[in-house]
Amino acid sequence: MQKMRVRNHQVVLNRSVGGDAGIFFFLAIMGAFMFLPMIYVVVQSFKPLDELWMFPPKFIVMKPTPKNYVDLFTLLSDSWVPFSRYIFNTVLITAAGTFGNLVLSSLAAYAVSKIPFPGRKGVFWIIQRSLMFTSTVTAIANFMTLTRLGLMDNPLALIIPAWGSTMGLYLMKQFMDSSISDAVLESARLDGCSEFRTFWTIAMPMVKPAWLTLIIYSFQGLWNTGASAYIYSEQWKTLNYAITQITAGGIARAGASAAGSVLMMIVPILVFVISQSNIIETMASSGMKD
Amino acid sequence: MDERNNNVENDVLVDDQNVEKADLHVEGIVEDNSPKGNKVAKPKKKKAIARKDMTMAQWTWHEMKRNKVAYLMILPFMLVFILFTVFPVGLSLVLSFTNFNMLSFSWDMFIGIDNYLRLFFEDDIFLLACKNTLVFAMITGPVSYILSFLVAWFINELPPRVRAVVTLVFYAPSISGAVYTIWGVLFSNDSYGWVNGTLMDLGFIDSPILWFYDENYAMPLCIVVALWMSLGTAFLSFIAGLQTIDKSLFEAAAVDGIKNRWQELWYITLPMMRPQLMFGAVMAITSSFGFGGVVTALCGFPSVNYSCHTIMHCLDDYGNQRWEVGYASAIAFVLFLIMIGANTLVNKMLSKVGQ
Repeated sequence: MQKMRVRNHQVVLNRSVGGDAGIFFFLAIMGAFMFLPMIYVVVQSFKPLDELWMFPPKFIVMKPTPKNYVDLFTLLSDSWVPFSRYIFNTVLITAAGTFGNLVLSSLAAYAVSKIPFPGRKGVFWIIQRSLMFTSTVTAIANFMTLTRLGLMDNPLALIIPAWGSTMGLYLMKQFMDSSISDAVLESARLDGCSEFRTFWTIAMPMVKPAWLTLIIYSFQGLWNTGASAYIYSEQWKTLNYAITQITAGGIARAGASAAGSVLMMIVPILVFVISQSNIIETMASSGMKD
Repeated sequence: MDERNNNVENDVLVDDQNVEKADLHVEGIVEDNSPKGNKVAKPKKKKAIARKDMTMAQWTWHEMKRNKVAYLMILPFMLVFILFTVFPVGLSLVLSFTNFNMLSFSWDMFIGIDNYLRLFFEDDIFLLACKNTLVFAMITGPVSYILSFLVAWFINELPPRVRAVVTLVFYAPSISGAVYTIWGVLFSNDSYGWVNGTLMDLGFIDSPILWFYDENYAMPLCIVVALWMSLGTAFLSFIAGLQTIDKSLFEAAAVDGIKNRWQELWYITLPMMRPQLMFGAVMAITSSFGFGGVVTALCGFPSVNYSCHTIMHCLDDYGNQRWEVGYASAIAFVLFLIMIGANTLVNKMLSKVGQ
């Protein structure tokens, strides 16, 4: 028998050294392509004005300065609605929208995936198709609906439609199909466990990676909510809107614009880092039980 | 693998086995004082016979009552979904046969398929947009899909900590909102843009290239930016899916004569990943056909000589600028049908995976 390759004290099957090297090379090139523009935003945000407009341009910053951030906050605090209000609005919309979407769509996904009720295939068919409908057109009818419901100029106009986002349901359903065995649910039901309890105590812990994906997805979409046709008073505008307004000031605000981009991107990235470490924990603990 | 196939079959036909399962769980919930354990075999047989005596409608009603908790579970979601997705989509289908205009707010003009005729026979810009969208989607869709999978698959074997960092590096561009505007700074059309400045400094060009405002470069550059942002939800879904595959399958496969990682990929990994692959396909299709906002931000609206004008831009033009909602609805429906067609095609291809 051929000699086994060992990596981290474990036997590695079906992996050639050449392949590993090729993959490393591919990942390194792709990683640079992905990462360098991100770094460049951060670099730009620390450049003083003369470095932003110098020739030839440099990829690195020579005299880093926090001036762009100071400028950004000065501009933001000049607006008549306090800066903290924009943050509050965005956090409220993001948190409420994501939470509602998670609860509603995982409940529905469980029913569609695991309970054989008549009509479930129709429900899923419609949901699958709706993933492909662009939001530009639903916007017009939604404008009428929200007016009729009296939700105009109310953050609920942004939160409630997010609850019905089909992406989460689709994802959950696919995951439940593949990762929850019917036998486990069946034995819970035989033990007299109600459908809701089976869902909550048995099915949900088994699809943790799916929730996290859903949370990240929903969070990212809502966090970047900008100007909306449904909200017109300044005190309900979002952070993204405020930053866009400020950075639309042209050349003189190029630095502040980069600083704004960095601020907007830090939060989704942090949320991802936190929930990703949760994914890894989940995976590690599930490995121990086997 | 087999377990999932069984699931699919169960979905399609309500066979006796499924009926028995359903019976069992009613036994569990409703009749609390019924005998449990090994006595369940008896009632299940009786009900399976009863099913044959019923008409289809009676059986459906019976099943609906039996599973009524399921309707309660989907109710909250469906309310929101119907109100904010199904109803608007239905309304816009109706509107696409009218010349409804938000500015004049007149409904009564039912004009049949005139909007669709106008789209395909009169609107040259729409046809150009169709061509651009197809070129764009044909390149970014498959490339981003394959890229997402390859990267997810390659990093799956890294130690967890390294994997977490690499995942972040690849995923960050897609969640960072408007950070893609940095490409506009890198490829800025004056000599202060990094690319122009460097090329001029090295003596390759004499005067700055207009990049995003040049017909020859705008489209390829937008494709690069789209790919840069494309390792998104599908990529995460692939990572999560890869981690749920049972490791012992690979050991068993090695014993059975799988020789390298590519065979392992084709015979085990891909078939085990089918739910995630289908999800990824939908994501790749919607993002590559619905790509528009990034182009607007980088190339302006409309882009130079309509070189990057996509169907999304037509939609935006008529829906949000001219308020010709009827016509915009027709555009949206055409886009919708194209996406569904693409998805059907991809699903056909995915069903051949691993065979």
